[in-house]
Amino acid sequence: MDITTSLLSMQAEASLAVILVVMLLADLIIREPGHRKLQILGCILMAVQLALNVVPAEGEAFGGMYRSTELASVVKTVLAAGTLLVFMQAGEWLGREDTRGKAGEFYLLTLSTLLGMFLMVSAGSFMLFYIGLELASIPMACLVAFDKYRHHSAEAGAKFILSSMFSSALMLYGLSLLYGTCGTMYFADMPALLAGTPLQVMAMVFFFAGLGFKVSLVPFHMWTPDVYQGAPTAVAGYLSVISKGAAAFAMAAVLLKVFGGMVHDWSLLLSVVTVLTITVGNVFAVLQTDLKRFMAYSSISQAGYIVLGALAGSGQGMASLVYYVIIYVAANLAVFGIIGTVEQHTGGKTGRSAYAGLYQTNPRLAFGMTLALFSLAGIPPFAGFFSKFFVFAAAFHAGHWLVVFLALVNTIISLYYYLLVVKAMYITPSDSPVPPFRADGLTRAGLLVCVAGVVVTGLVSGLYGLLSGAALH
Amino acid sequence: MDYTILILALPALSFLLLALAGMKMSHRVAGIVGTLSLAAVTVLSYATACSYFTAGRMEDGLYPTLVPWNFEWLPFTPSLHIDMGILLDPISVLMLVVVSTVSLMVHIYSFGYMKGEKGFQRYYAFLSLFTFAMLGLVVATNIFQMYVFWELVGVSSYLLIGFYYTKPEAIAASKKAFIVTRFADLGFLIGILIYGYYMQTFTFTPSEERLMQAGMVLPWALGLMFVGGAGKSAMFPLHIWLPDAMEGPTPVSALIHAATMVVAGVYLVARMFPLYVDFAPHVLHAVAWVGAFTALYAASVACVQSDIKRVLAFSTISQIGFMMVALGVCTDADPHGGGLGYMAGMFHLFTHAMFKALLFLGAGCIIHAVHSNEMEMMGGLRRYMPVTHITFLVACLAIAGIPPFSGFFSKDEILTACFGFSPAMGWIMTAIAGMTAFYMFRLYYGIFWGKENRELHARHTPHESPLAMTFPLVFLALVTVGAGFIPFGRFVSANGHAYDIHLDWGVAGTSIVVALAAIALATWMYARDRQPVADMLAARFSRLHRAAYRRFYMDEAWLFVTKRVIFRCVSVPVAWFDRHVIDQFMNFLAWGTNAAGESLQPVQNGRIQAYTWWFLSGIIVLTAVLLLF
Repeated sequence: MDITTSLLSMQAEASLAVILVVMLLADLIIREPGHRKLQILGCILMAVQLALNVVPAEGEAFGGMYRSTELASVVKTVLAAGTLLVFMQAGEWLGREDTRGKAGEFYLLTLSTLLGMFLMVSAGSFMLFYIGLELASIPMACLVAFDKYRHHSAEAGAKFILSSMFSSALMLYGLSLLYGTCGTMYFADMPALLAGTPLQVMAMVFFFAGLGFKVSLVPFHMWTPDVYQGAPTAVAGYLSVISKGAAAFAMAAVLLKVFGGMVHDWSLLLSVVTVLTITVGNVFAVLQTDLKRFMAYSSISQAGYIVLGALAGSGQGMASLVYYVIIYVAANLAVFGIIGTVEQHTGGKTGRSAYAGLYQTNPRLAFGMTLALFSLAGIPPFAGFFSKFFVFAAAFHAGHWLVVFLALVNTIISLYYYLLVVKAMYITPSDSPVPPFRADGLTRAGLLVCVAGVVVTGLVSGLYGLLSGAALH
Repeated sequence: MDYTILILALPALSFLLLALAGMKMSHRVAGIVGTLSLAAVTVLSYATACSYFTAGRMEDGLYPTLVPWNFEWLPFTPSLHIDMGILLDPISVLMLVVVSTVSLMVHIYSFGYMKGEKGFQRYYAFLSLFTFAMLGLVVATNIFQMYVFWELVGVSSYLLIGFYYTKPEAIAASKKAFIVTRFADLGFLIGILIYGYYMQTFTFTPSEERLMQAGMVLPWALGLMFVGGAGKSAMFPLHIWLPDAMEGPTPVSALIHAATMVVAGVYLVARMFPLYVDFAPHVLHAVAWVGAFTALYAASVACVQSDIKRVLAFSTISQIGFMMVALGVCTDADPHGGGLGYMAGMFHLFTHAMFKALLFLGAGCIIHAVHSNEMEMMGGLRRYMPVTHITFLVACLAIAGIPPFSGFFSKDEILTACFGFSPAMGWIMTAIAGMTAFYMFRLYYGIFWGKENRELHARHTPHESPLAMTFPLVFLALVTVGAGFIPFGRFVSANGHAYDIHLDWGVAGTSIVVALAAIALATWMYARDRQPVADMLAARFSRLHRAAYRRFYMDEAWLFVTKRVIFRCVSVPVAWFDRHVIDQFMNFLAWGTNAAGESLQPVQNGRIQAYTWWFLSGIIVLTAVLLLF
């Protein structure tokens, strides 16, 4: 296989790279103020990306360095769709006086991280995996610090890049240990060489910690609230779903494919971490009054549910994980989208008290928010119920009933704090509620897609069947 | 046959349209939308019936079972999955015709009856919902789909009974109907689950191998399913909701509580009939005895009621009992052997739907004219309402079993089947048929003959109803006159082979004589202005009369069971457990979460050094844990 055919078989990555270049050129060509045009171009290009890659495809390139399965291909499509939704919702924020001039950078940086995640998801070797991980991390720090003249954003950026470096370094250390014991970096060759020696166990924990940082699993989660709160809301939304979803899938895939022989070790590791993550996320979320910080803890707890799918260690578990991510993308982006648009129209309010009486002034927004929160809490018939059900079922089948029980108890707690927001919107009276406003067209369309996703996916069962079909391939 | 999907889609769409946009429409437009969609459904149903039956039988002499449309909804295992679809076989096609015809008539009739009512659009929306649900029930391809639509039918019945939601009686009646049928449906659901678990399928035709292995499980499953059917079809002792359900608008009573929904239980038994007859004959005969007792009970209560809708309600219960008996007395699938009852029951379902809908719609006209349900407000109405009078009489003759009206033919087949099963059953049912003729003519004379309530009529002269209301009466009366001559056995029979109906003149003669005698008795007692005989009997047997009037205290018995026994002995302890154990656990959870949050808060102090410290210690601890365990 020569380079051209190799590149062509990396279809999703190749088309994304082309989009990246087109956006770069467009940013140079389009004259000020071009933020609106760039947004529309970005959305159209992402839609094209989706259309090109909607059929799941397998591919292998560069001698096994790159290896994409059908399920990975589905994940990439989901990530691209989520990115499209973020683009749709980012318009109002990017149109602000101080960000208007650098809107192009936002798209470039986001697409770079997305490309990194694509590589991470479909890597066939730790080398490419690490490159993808870094590509997904470094531009992310720039995104977090995008509002750099605002104190919080700059601080969040600094915290993110420092923590990220720290975790990367540890992970790299773990990878070097793996290379030392196995003598190879290829996923395909490693399972035979991994026997679960203490050194390898240590290496696995280091690798796990590096990804645990990205997924924000406890105790590697500490950066999350500060960064989510400080980062621009669109970026926080992107971080909370796209970055997290990609990392969770990559982690599960590597654990299953590479460390398959050490399943005893990592299932214990995952059980402990999952329960800790869900519980700690919940315990902290209960006390938050700022919605962005609140959503940070909520997303920590959700991360626990996502990796619960990986705990099953089976194709079914992978399918339930991907399904969970899909639903989570829709629900969480709806919430962040609403937080973002309310923030834009109220001069930066993100406190829960600001949402009091939202139902009276903006009923549709409040209703959409309610549906999304219900889905996050896992109330039937919304999609979140089914995604939780499938993850629980997969873990239960694998015999982790204690973990499932603790996770179930936690869903009750989570119900409480999600409903706090609903209560604020519908019941708490307010003297100065958010005035009625109308978000711009793309934002509304994006929110509509998210909310529709939450409602419709719950009713259509075929999706999960398709995913488990893809997972068994 | 792809168009059959429209039969379900049209009422569903019209429900959505009327429910979402109804308030923006005028009454007229809303009514027209509902009626037109139903008219289209009726045309399609007739077309389906025509093409289905004219396409002819297959080589084995059976009509084919067609599934023009099916979609797998919830897969559990490769064989066990819940589907949504449309199944056409002789009985489902028959039901399509029955449901759509009666529903269309009710839609037209309601134009006149509900004119000017508040919530007219809501009424039509609910009618569409009901029709959708009922049609979905009859064409169900599997027992679970049937259950889903079964519940949907229950909901729409609840909504329509409680249509006059400002009336406390209507609210109470709607709740009663819903709760009683839901309670019965619990049995149905358990039956379905057992069936699904052991047969590994929800379809009506499990594999031979599974059937052979099932043993005693299948009779239990079928028996539990019948409990659900008994609830919907108001079999004793679950019948208590139906008389109260008369609080709903009268056309609704005609559609739901006389012609279609209440026969769902009969349809269920017919649907599962091959399994009943081959694998659970005892259950089937139990069904027959339950039906017979119900028929007797309801007929005796009907003899003394004074509210005309109540009389009709009890008559409905009694007639459904007849259908259950017909199905229950089958001993074999061969109509020439012991399977005549199946055909007779379905035939009676069909004819009864028509003449009972006619009776209810006629009663609606009468109530419309005198503004009361009580018989004492009526009398002598034949002069004011000629059309209602004649059509009502036709229906009464049909239900009494006088030839050549349709009821005669179907009831005669039932009686023949009963005599074939056991002479005792035959004579019991013949006697009940006589009681039917008696109470129906008591009703008829009470309304149209007898003493006119002059002071009332002076204030408000009764008048004939508008065309929208009389047209359905005439239409249904014509059907009632002609339907007996349909060679029903050619279309529907227990084993699917054609069967030619031939009258057994011994049985038919007896039943005609009994019916005529009962009518004569009713004429003697009730046709005149004064009713000395009836009054004397009521005084002589006052305790019996009062007991029958109070429906033999069945409602009181149920209240005793629920309030005294269930509430006190089950609900109170369970409530205590809920308050003190479950709630306290939740409170503990809340308290624990808050306390943990408060005390852990300082850990998240915003200092990146602390974060990396946690990160590193986390790794070390986790590695240690893994290496140690």
